Amino acid sequence: MSVDVSKVATTNGSEPATPTKGAQRAGTIATWADERLGLGTAMKKNIRKVFPDHWSFMLGEIALWSFVVLLLTGVFLTLWFDPSMTEVQYDGSYDPLRGVHMSSAMASTLEISFDVRGGLLMRQMHHWAAMIFIAAMMIHLLRVYFTGAFRKPRELNWVIGCLLLLLGTIEGFTGYSLPDDLLSGTGVRAADGFMKASPVIGTYMSFFLFGGEFPGDTIIPRFYAMHILLIPGLLLALIAAHMLLLVYHKHTQWPGPGRTEQNVVGYPMLPVYAAKAGGFFFIVFGMIALMGGLFSMNPVWKYGPYDPSKVTAGSQPDWYMGWPDGLLRIIPAWETHIWGVTLSWNVMIPILVMPPLMLMVLIALPFLESWITGDKREHHLLQRPRNAPTRTAIMVALMTFYGLSWAAGGNDIIAIKMHLSINQITYFLRAAVFIGPVIAFIITRRWCISLQRHDAEKLLHGYESGVLVRSPEGGYAEKHLPLPLEKAYTLTARDHDPEPEKVEQIEASGLEGRKLRVRRLRARLQALFFADNVQKPTVEELHEAQHHAEHELHELESQIAAGPNRHGPADH
Amino acid sequence: MSDAPDTHSGDHGGELALPEPIADPGLPAHTWRPTDVDPAKEKRAERQVAGLFALSALSTIAFVVAYFTLDVGDNWHVVAGFGASTMALGLTLGLALLFIGVGIIHWARKLMADHEIIEMRHPARSTDEDREAAVDALNTGLAESGIGRRPLIRNSLLGAVGLLGVPTVVMLRDLGPLPGDKLYHTIWGRGGETITRDGQQVTLPKMRISRDAIGTPILASDLEIGDLVNAQPEVLYNPERYEVDPTEVEGVHLQVHKSKASLILLRMDPRDIKPGKAKDGSSRENWSVDGIVAYSKICTHVGCPISLNERTTHHLLCPCHQSTFDLADSGKVVFGPAGRPLPQLPLEVDEEGYLVAQSDFDEPVGPSFWERDYYER
Repeated sequence: MSVDVSKVATTNGSEPATPTKGAQRAGTIATWADERLGLGTAMKKNIRKVFPDHWSFMLGEIALWSFVVLLLTGVFLTLWFDPSMTEVQYDGSYDPLRGVHMSSAMASTLEISFDVRGGLLMRQMHHWAAMIFIAAMMIHLLRVYFTGAFRKPRELNWVIGCLLLLLGTIEGFTGYSLPDDLLSGTGVRAADGFMKASPVIGTYMSFFLFGGEFPGDTIIPRFYAMHILLIPGLLLALIAAHMLLLVYHKHTQWPGPGRTEQNVVGYPMLPVYAAKAGGFFFIVFGMIALMGGLFSMNPVWKYGPYDPSKVTAGSQPDWYMGWPDGLLRIIPAWETHIWGVTLSWNVMIPILVMPPLMLMVLIALPFLESWITGDKREHHLLQRPRNAPTRTAIMVALMTFYGLSWAAGGNDIIAIKMHLSINQITYFLRAAVFIGPVIAFIITRRWCISLQRHDAEKLLHGYESGVLVRSPEGGYAEKHLPLPLEKAYTLTARDHDPEPEKVEQIEASGLEGRKLRVRRLRARLQALFFADNVQKPTVEELHEAQHHAEHELHELESQIAAGPNRHGPADH
Repeated sequence: MSDAPDTHSGDHGGELALPEPIADPGLPAHTWRPTDVDPAKEKRAERQVAGLFALSALSTIAFVVAYFTLDVGDNWHVVAGFGASTMALGLTLGLALLFIGVGIIHWARKLMADHEIIEMRHPARSTDEDREAAVDALNTGLAESGIGRRPLIRNSLLGAVGLLGVPTVVMLRDLGPLPGDKLYHTIWGRGGETITRDGQQVTLPKMRISRDAIGTPILASDLEIGDLVNAQPEVLYNPERYEVDPTEVEGVHLQVHKSKASLILLRMDPRDIKPGKAKDGSSRENWSVDGIVAYSKICTHVGCPISLNERTTHHLLCPCHQSTFDLADSGKVVFGPAGRPLPQLPLEVDEEGYLVAQSDFDEPVGPSFWERDYYER
């Protein structure tokens, strides 16, 4: 922009020449507080703390703010909700259920929905916020993983994030079970089946949790205690730790001119970042309010109260519980009866083994990668997914497994909507959950490497200008122009992958036994991890390519100058 | 400072840092926004921000008006299925919040200084001096406590504190009763039981099968071929007949009974039935009445009530995880994750022609559990 900036001050701030009355009073209060709390030292460092800017850094913020909305709307709901399974006869405004026997939990949920002004809004906002909370955590997790933001020194924050996802999921399950309606009761019934399938202590777990035989009359109050006290407390503590570590490590940033591993470039906390983040809180809150007002969510009055002899077709848990439910649907009917005991593999594998296993894999990813690559350095610059093809492919494979399992959780809906056989969908998915991730891994890896090649191409030969030139011989060529310096620098602002350790060297190093085998395995995995990656050009390669490109451009240009469309002297 | 982020040596295959192909051109120059250089545009942005805040205030007022003027109740189908009150409150609250958010962000983007600033990073680790000082302090503290020199104190403390874990676990004992044999029996077994009344042995009538919800007992002649009926034991509706205290079939007790006793009754062509074997090895030949069979409604997978009937094949599908059972063939699993057939309830008719259960199920109903097969011993 060509504007005259010679008369512009470097900041928009302006200070009054003499302090106003208000400022004087604020000063007095600040002094009083500082003398007791010593806030000055902490604030000095943090008030202008720098946060880099990128749209993808906002995903975690969505999770944070929707959690705040959950706390606010949740407190409102507790004012009316009665977490009791005492049987009452419904006597509220909703006509179709009047006179029906149900638990106090269900009746008070109906009261909130139909007799408290704004109650249904708050219920729907609470449920929508929960879905957004978990979805935002997942997408934030993917962002962190794909950009390599989990690397040293942030591995522990990755672990905390994984635990937050686990707790958020349990919080969601205990929450949507509270109304004691038919749909959620069916979910609790399934949970009872899961517990009973646990080896040795299964029935004891079930009887202790339900206070006797299912469904008992204690599960709702117990879920309530977990839902409003225990898990939110843990969530709050872990979120606090997550944020403190974020502040301590300082945020990662994308590489670019002036943005290095040693600095962080961005806007200061006060005013810009505080305003943007604070404003974003209102936007998240506002969007959830609109959704709560406009989109129906969990209309429990349509399902009716829980009755263990009833069920609705298309019963499904909330979406984030869908993938284990999908595995539960496609697992073959494996059950072993041996030595008088029953082993229900058909429940244990999808529910008791797979979700904890997925969580452990997720938690282990940063440590696994750093063990394979041998990279123990601190990293603050983000990586593009293409520049770590194997890492990217691992997550895409996991996502494919998740997605297929999740689709299996809706196999009945898919069968109905798409007029397919549920048996065939199930057989297909049984194979697809194994084959799909492998295919996804291979495609993603090769795709990333192709994109790396494309980047190298742009660096070495310039970008495609879209200008086609015809030579006197009739051949066509596209004019390539060199990238602007900033873009070229940004493309090269990444690490060279290390040379993988040579297996022969390790074998010659005199290591023995287990140590040798581990080192050899690591070297082999390292070779696979970096295999076929495209490295950024060296100084010599770049110089040579630039020289070559200049020559080529020159030639093209002289062709244009001499060409038939030029009407230069050569034509005559 | 071997871990400093700027070193490219690290433990990284001993690779030497290569020179960068392109040197860092440094932060690009700051560009000015129209609002920085044009006072008119600055004023306009200021008015826009204030305008957004004013719109928020108006929305909040509209929220309060909607709160007091619109009714709640089951008029939620008013206004395109959303409910007037809920929709108006959500809309006004949402707009009130959004206008504030958009206003603040507009303010930040147009009017707050937009100079990017630079902060230097430091390695996450503490300095070597700090580490040494911390270790010294720790060692001094431990030495002064004498914990290393007095293993008796240390070990007895660890033992005592460790033992406190026991009350934590023991205190949870009263969360619920032990399972006992509860999972092996259902209230169907109450029919035909011999009880002692006023010092005399009395045999109770066999348990009639009642229609779910309305509770009327079912005559064998009531059912046509292809009819499927959700049924419950009559005791849940008529406890006196079985000498059961009515409070035993109310509230939570009712739910517990239903979670085990719920029944599916299906009449098919008697020639379609392939009688299997009972748990004791005898044939199930006499378990049906004129093609009427009764099976537990509780899925043997994780316990959902099974409900979807395929009339032509006598297949019954569980809507939760799609386990499919063949009711003509001893409730065998023909598809899906369930590991065991549905338990069958042996039927007969009483002197009045009503369907009754010969006995309880001969195996536990519902989802599998570890010690399930002990029942057979």
